[in-house]
Amino acid sequence: MSSSSISQNAHADALPDLRNLGVIARILIGVNLLAFGAVLFAEPSWAQSFTRFTRVASILEPVLLLSIVALYLALPWLLQLPYRTGCATVLAIELLLATIVHALAAQAGAEFAPGSLGRTLALAAGATLFVLGYFRLHARAFSPALAEARLQALQSRIRPHFLFNSLNAVLSLVRRDPRRAERTLQDLADLFRELMADGRRFVRLADEIALLERYSGIEKLRLGERLRIVWELDEAPSDALLPPMVLQPLLENAIYHGVEPATGASEVVVRIVRRGDRVLVQVENAYRGESAKLRGGNHMAMENIRERLRLFFDAEARLESRIDGERYRVEIEIPYRSGAGLRQ
Amino acid sequence: MNALAVFIADDEAPARERIKELLADIAPELPTRIAGEAGNGLDALEQVPGSGARVLLLDIAMPGMDGLELARHLGALENAPAIVFVTAHDEHAVEAFELNALDYLMKPVRAARLAAALRKAADAPAPDAERLARAARGPRQYFSVTERSRIVLVPVRDVVYFKAELKYVTLRTQAGEHLIEDSLVALEREFAQDYVRIHRNCLVARNAMRSFERAGGDDDDPHWNVVLDGIPERLPVSRRQWPLVKGLVNLGRE
Repeated sequence: MSSSSISQNAHADALPDLRNLGVIARILIGVNLLAFGAVLFAEPSWAQSFTRFTRVASILEPVLLLSIVALYLALPWLLQLPYRTGCATVLAIELLLATIVHALAAQAGAEFAPGSLGRTLALAAGATLFVLGYFRLHARAFSPALAEARLQALQSRIRPHFLFNSLNAVLSLVRRDPRRAERTLQDLADLFRELMADGRRFVRLADEIALLERYSGIEKLRLGERLRIVWELDEAPSDALLPPMVLQPLLENAIYHGVEPATGASEVVVRIVRRGDRVLVQVENAYRGESAKLRGGNHMAMENIRERLRLFFDAEARLESRIDGERYRVEIEIPYRSGAGLRQ
Repeated sequence: MNALAVFIADDEAPARERIKELLADIAPELPTRIAGEAGNGLDALEQVPGSGARVLLLDIAMPGMDGLELARHLGALENAPAIVFVTAHDEHAVEAFELNALDYLMKPVRAARLAAALRKAADAPAPDAERLARAARGPRQYFSVTERSRIVLVPVRDVVYFKAELKYVTLRTQAGEHLIEDSLVALEREFAQDYVRIHRNCLVARNAMRSFERAGGDDDDPHWNVVLDGIPERLPVSRRQWPLVKGLVNLGRE
């Protein structure tokens, strides 16, 4: 159950999204580190620590894995409870699981004997409270207010270079082709409306693609035959949700670094496909090593998108760029979420 | 009527059209004629010398060769045109222009500003090489050699070595040699990444050095020569530079 808008959460504390991969990973890693730290503290040497940890793990890991499954299943129900009751319920679930695993381990024989039940329960309670406390602090650090402020600041920016060159191109049309000038100004207006709109909501992929087409129309006017865009969108899930203005900067970068420095025609490929429950976006342009260095500025735009994806999808989104021989390719992967239930 | 010959270099066709419209608008007070147009830096370099242009309206961000480098090469012409730079938005360029007192216009250009810049430029000499070099963003991609009022370009990466001789510097490629007017010190500074000084009078491309060969001296104090890729000639390494140079051959070849 992931919210469709970041701003939707009230400021009150809430349980973390226990179905989010990033959250699950943090729980697993966090508790294991905690256990390892404790073992390291108790034992005099590294070798003894490792031996001891493997023994600890034989009871710790079953509890952890069972917890992940149990909490995954219970999450919808847990989220309906008030925060404190929710935490108490999580604690109860954990104590129950710890008891079961403890009993099983005790039966399995001396090799697995985990000591007294009271001690196991105390450790389980400690770890649970620690994890809950961590997520509470984490949620506060990334509270909606903060996340919103950061999203506003990260609102993607169009290069002034593009704005002024586009205005110049429109001016050249005003006398020769007033209708095309009108259309171009309307496209520019749409682009800037989107740019200045609320950056905190999700938008439909179909709308983002329409915006890309308007943007590319303006670039086409400036660059003419030099710009060739190949759209591979047949398998794009038009109802997928994504943060606004994530795709446009990718295309803008591709044109700025791949097409503008070329004397002849140069091709940009925009490919969007759905792979199961993931949406994959690829933007590809010709790689020009030296001119790319001189033009610079690419890094900021990419970091900006990366940060926004993180705020929207936590660890579930991925942004990568790589050089493939003569081609430069940027790839974004986000979880597929349909716009059917989009809160408007 | 004595129309001012203007050459327009801009990679965006609409931008060139716009400039032509504006030139037509200001024609009653400042008659001009179009001496030529080019859509990238290399084309402009080829066409400007024979065009009779007195003023060049020059976009900065152009493929092939950017406006600042183009201006540096054109400066070598005997009657080089005056240059008015035109830029959409380029913080670096604008700062460099201000700093070096180069004339520039911002896109979209206003007719009145264009007229003023053309009037001023018509009376002004071409900007000097020094100021253009300071305004440039990075090292040049080409050296230019003027041959019978044409400009011949030599890609920097083709240069195997530079050698100072009396007044001039000789630049050697696998194909031949040319005289250029830059000083060895300035070249060393501009191309420090790719060229290394091996002698008081000589800079060599790091990736052209193949090996060293013993050139005399006695065992306690040997002299060395650099063996180069593609050129039979050997270049002496000075004793002073030897400690610095000797490690480069292996470094340069992985």
